[in-house]
Amino acid sequence: MALIRTSSPHLHKASSTGDVMRLVILACMPGLAAMTLFFGWGTLINVCWAILLAVGLEAAIVLIRKRPVSFYLKDYSVVVTALLLGLSLPPYAPWWITLVGILVAVVIAKHLYGGLGQNPFNPAMVAYALLLVSFPVEMTRWTQPFVLLGDADSWNILPFTDTLRVIFTGFEPVWLDNYTGATPLDAMRHRGGMTTEEAWLSKPVLADGIGAWHAVSAAYFMGGIFLIYRKVITYHVPMAMLGALAVIASVFYAFDPYDFADPYFHITVGGTMLGAFFIATDPVTCATSNRGKIWFGIGIGLLIYVIRGWGGYPDAVAFAVLLMNLAAPFIDQYTQPRTYGHAKANRGMKGGQ
Amino acid sequence: MADYKKITLNGLWDNNPALVQLLGLCPLLAVTGTVVNAIGLGLASTLVLVGSNFTVSAFRHFVPDTVRLPIFVIIIASFVTAIELLMKAFTYDLYLILGIFIPLIVTNCAIMGRADAFACKNPVAASVLDGLMMGVGFTLVLMTLGAMREILGLGTLFSDMQLLFGPAAAHWKLVLFEDYPGFLFAILPPGAFVGMGLLIALKNIIDKRLEEKRKAAEPVSSAPRERARVTG
Repeated sequence: MALIRTSSPHLHKASSTGDVMRLVILACMPGLAAMTLFFGWGTLINVCWAILLAVGLEAAIVLIRKRPVSFYLKDYSVVVTALLLGLSLPPYAPWWITLVGILVAVVIAKHLYGGLGQNPFNPAMVAYALLLVSFPVEMTRWTQPFVLLGDADSWNILPFTDTLRVIFTGFEPVWLDNYTGATPLDAMRHRGGMTTEEAWLSKPVLADGIGAWHAVSAAYFMGGIFLIYRKVITYHVPMAMLGALAVIASVFYAFDPYDFADPYFHITVGGTMLGAFFIATDPVTCATSNRGKIWFGIGIGLLIYVIRGWGGYPDAVAFAVLLMNLAAPFIDQYTQPRTYGHAKANRGMKGGQ
Repeated sequence: MADYKKITLNGLWDNNPALVQLLGLCPLLAVTGTVVNAIGLGLASTLVLVGSNFTVSAFRHFVPDTVRLPIFVIIIASFVTAIELLMKAFTYDLYLILGIFIPLIVTNCAIMGRADAFACKNPVAASVLDGLMMGVGFTLVLMTLGAMREILGLGTLFSDMQLLFGPAAAHWKLVLFEDYPGFLFAILPPGAFVGMGLLIALKNIIDKRLEEKRKAAEPVSSAPRERARVTG
């Protein structure tokens, strides 16, 4: 904690969980807007549907657990979980995907462990990983950015009512295929015998559509900077995570640029930015001390690269975050800061105790 | 004289090998994708348990204490081999599906545990009953978990029963949801862990309710109760 020198009156208002969560929601808005702008109404509908379900389920579970409902709903944490899950789902994910995801996130990943503050894993990412493992077809059907649809000057997204029908009624006309396509990560992974350079030139989503992904990442980045500015999160996790990802990607890229994608690509596509600023920084599941947060972030960055490069799934943020969530208590044990008045930090486990 | 009612209750509920002792979890979690797999493995384990409990109990006065564990392993391994050959002969398709988990019954701690904790200290009849009830308790948990996972994962119940019960059982399959998209998570091992956790939680809730009822019925409690839980 920094010693801040200010003049009197030294009034201090502690920010409640609700205040923090509302700021996180606010910081997600540029990202949500960018997703809607480039990929159509699907994300917005998913997010609203997810929040609706999550609030209802949270109220029901809190009632079953015989706790005050309005007190728990007012901390907005379940809204953040639903928002993050909604943002990471493919825009045309059917309604029941979101339903299963929210069920898992709120009931299994959050309340079965004892509610907010007791959950060892990020609920939204548990739900995302479970959905990805269980429903690979639905979860890998991504949407083309509008710039790839029809003539490039107009905003050719799927109309709102059609999107609603696709999500809620399983409406699947033949022309829906025009609107779906691979993500840049998929295109880069399944490029056959091409070198990265050839893939950049020949795959439309890489050659022309990559700007949409850059814009979405930039929007999340803006939101993240806002969160750091408002001191909701510290810079340690995002910096360490993006730094580690950039370093390992650079090493491999320098080693063989035809076989490995460049670091800029890894940082600006997929869920990297959303993960770095909104998911990995979850105060409950992240490491506690600043030094611990740096190790935590480095672990996520390295794991993302490894899983993206050699794993079997389209993106790696969820798996990397979950694995490091698992390691967070261990990291905490070895990164305890020195307490004031003590010569040495009380780190690690003492033998024979 | 051994209390047969208590032995039965112990195996089926109070000291259930899967829900309370948490033994034999590896096959329990690995093969309970469908009901038929669960029944197959449950039956095989039960037969081994009964056989090994019987033999261990019958020879309990001749086995030196210091080398009892290797001797138990040899007895259990003989029964497992016999069961394996029987399954190869009569339910070959199921044998192929269960694969390595049939020979691995040897290492099922529930069986070793019962041999060491019960059979080598008790008369034959009680040991056989204990083996049977532990086996049935184990099988019932396997079946419940198998049914949960099959319904959630595939949307069916009792599919492929012909593997165990002959061709007449082929039409036992119930399709619960038409056009079910399938829920891969329930079929994969993580689903088994979550399902198992929910079953244990359910058992604890029921036990708690029963305990509350018992307390309400007789408000004056006498001497401290013996612990129901036995490590073995």
